[in-house]
Amino acid sequence: MKTRSILLATVFGTAATMAFADAHTAKEITVMSWGGAYSKSQLEAYEKPFAEKTGIKVNSVVADNPATPIKAQVEAGNVTIDVVDVEYADALRLCDDGLLEILDPAILADGADGSAAMDDFLPGAVTDCFVATIVFSTMYAFDETKFPENPPSKIEDFFDVAGFPGKRGMRKTAKVNLEMALMADGVAPDEVYDILETDEGVDRAFAKLETIKNDVVWWEAGAQPPQLLADGEVAMTTAYNGRIFGATVSEGKPFKSIFDGQVYEYDGYAIPKGAPNLEAALEFVTFSTQTQQLADQAKYISYGPARKSSGPLVGLFEDGKTEMGPFMPTAEANLVKALPSNTEFWADRNTDLNERFNAWLAQ
Amino acid sequence: MADLTADIATGSAPGRLTTADGKPLKAALAAAESHARRRAFFLVLPLLLFVLITFIFPIVQMLHQSIYNPGFTLHRDVGTGVKTPIMINVRNWFDENERGSDPDESAYAALHKDFLLLDELRAAGSVGTRINYDMSGTRSLFTKTARRADKLTPPFQEGFLAIDKDWSDPEVWAVMRGASSAYTANFYLAAVDLTRDVKGDVVSVDDNRALYVKLFGRTLFLSLLITFLTFILAFPVAHLLATLPLRYSNLLMIFVLLPFWTSLLVRTTSWMVLLQSQGVINDALVAGSLIEDESRIQMMYNQTGTVIAMTHILLPFMILPLYSVMRTIKPVYVRAARSLGATSWTAFRRIYFPQTVPGIGAGALLVFILAVGYYITPALVGGADGQLISNLIAFHMTNSLNWSLAAALASLLLVGILILYWLYDRLIGIDNLKLG
Repeated sequence: MKTRSILLATVFGTAATMAFADAHTAKEITVMSWGGAYSKSQLEAYEKPFAEKTGIKVNSVVADNPATPIKAQVEAGNVTIDVVDVEYADALRLCDDGLLEILDPAILADGADGSAAMDDFLPGAVTDCFVATIVFSTMYAFDETKFPENPPSKIEDFFDVAGFPGKRGMRKTAKVNLEMALMADGVAPDEVYDILETDEGVDRAFAKLETIKNDVVWWEAGAQPPQLLADGEVAMTTAYNGRIFGATVSEGKPFKSIFDGQVYEYDGYAIPKGAPNLEAALEFVTFSTQTQQLADQAKYISYGPARKSSGPLVGLFEDGKTEMGPFMPTAEANLVKALPSNTEFWADRNTDLNERFNAWLAQ
Repeated sequence: MADLTADIATGSAPGRLTTADGKPLKAALAAAESHARRRAFFLVLPLLLFVLITFIFPIVQMLHQSIYNPGFTLHRDVGTGVKTPIMINVRNWFDENERGSDPDESAYAALHKDFLLLDELRAAGSVGTRINYDMSGTRSLFTKTARRADKLTPPFQEGFLAIDKDWSDPEVWAVMRGASSAYTANFYLAAVDLTRDVKGDVVSVDDNRALYVKLFGRTLFLSLLITFLTFILAFPVAHLLATLPLRYSNLLMIFVLLPFWTSLLVRTTSWMVLLQSQGVINDALVAGSLIEDESRIQMMYNQTGTVIAMTHILLPFMILPLYSVMRTIKPVYVRAARSLGATSWTAFRRIYFPQTVPGIGAGALLVFILAVGYYITPALVGGADGQLISNLIAFHMTNSLNWSLAAALASLLLVGILILYWLYDRLIGIDNLKLG
């Protein structure tokens, strides 16, 4: 009898504790993002101020590309993430598959300058399921100590292993690599996707990649390229521009970014279907996409804010002396030969071209 | 029992033994035994359930998944879990018209009705994905068409062709016909680089998409190579372990076991530190002027890296069975052979080595089977050409989410290993295995 009452007490005790803990965890959301310097900028600009203002704790989770675990979670019916940071093309694809919550644009705050939210965001930055926060670019960077004289300056130089010897780092996926290969092959940015639509165009891009295949080290997480450069594993590598900026400015690495032939696109927040804390998630998205927050994020990483009204508020880097302007992918000098990623193309062709890419890789 | 003996003693039923309460002895015994058996069964029940739930059930489910994909026939809403049959009209059209008949206006009208439903359910993406598995580049056809389906008016054939001329491609229709049954062998075809053409005949895929046969071959080759290398390295070590005096062999054993107890990830990343081109080994070679700074050896992000790291990681699985067998081999046999005039080589070859075979068999089987399914190490140090088939299975599980193809690949791997196991049993005999 005594054992039994002890047992019962334990059971009830545990249940009570759990219920208590539950009441607490309700004030918590989980946000999945890309890790490294980028997650840090979100922590400083969005998550900390949001927690201070609302008392809702934000747990930060990291993935190489958050779109893939989200798809798996929603399809398996086991969603643990409330807000996810995804590329525009992935957001479109997930939205088409019905894996994301539909967002009402009415939740977005008006610009700090008084302009209506939908006018304030850059064109196309808000879709059914997605709110852009940044414009980021995939460009390439090299180690200045490896090329003391005659440094590379064009996208062609990245694919010229004879002229600029050394290993190359590239992301292990078809996206961006194919576009860069075509641009290096002499295709003008505005013709890239017309050519890539055709089978011959895809062949041409793969043929160009083939020329450097033996010299490529493939990376998957955004934090890898600066590491590969720093370790001397590669002489140059494609990378997200903010990561290289972080390594150069805050860690003083001798890296130089080349924006010639860059591919830029939106990245932002979406909410997976069946998110456990939908209301708090919506609150978080509303808060994070305000003018001031977007401008604040640019203080920590060189990605352009997706709101027009945030532009004038972007000033110095957190060190208090570096002007952010010239490091943004959208700075005028960086847009001379630049390609806006065709998100519809990738929403439709990603699976297919990655299959081809994998087969090519294994050859 | 006491009743029983009493009963026999009294001899109340000559010719037929019964218990005290008149039951036949045979039945009573059977009842008692079945009671004991039931108790034994309840004792092993937890284990049985555990094996069923965590081992048999997932394997059966995987086998099922590899031939079953309802992407074209059933839509499950991820929010509510409600299942809706889709593509009903066009599937009916397929039933009424035999394979190879050209799609007419009624086919396009049926397709239009189905697309209206797809648009409403937001299911065009998943249907397109299903068709895309069998015919690359068709996913966009479905998403694009669904977006515009509500604006289409008769005649639908022209409308569909205006959206995309691929709608007149007989292959699209052949693939849709194939997908209209949820049960299909197509994923097994895809797993061995085959596909179906318009007529439904099996043909090989384009050379630039062929992947899996090559990877199966590479996995087999690398696993055999790694098994062989671990054998070469482990044999002397195990011999030393078995013959050295205890205080030395204990120390040596710790050197073998320490890495074995260390996390797999830690061991793999330490190899990355050693092998990378700015790593310890290359730096040492450059410092010793053995190689030029420009010609550092590429030992990682290729097959070399996979082979080196996996050989080291799997080494204990070869050493331990070998050691346990060698310890039981009495040194007197070799001494006897030597005293009868055998050279040390002959004594080793004819006397010592044959006695270690059960250990070699066990070690080789362990290493090989582990190597065939290895995943983390090749993913980290394998680069592009050091990937094994498991990495592709993982890719289809987590990235492309083509779980049916992943299941088909995994089933083929399982069957392959079972065949090798059977061969091993025929050649060496599984009874000869000694694991320790």
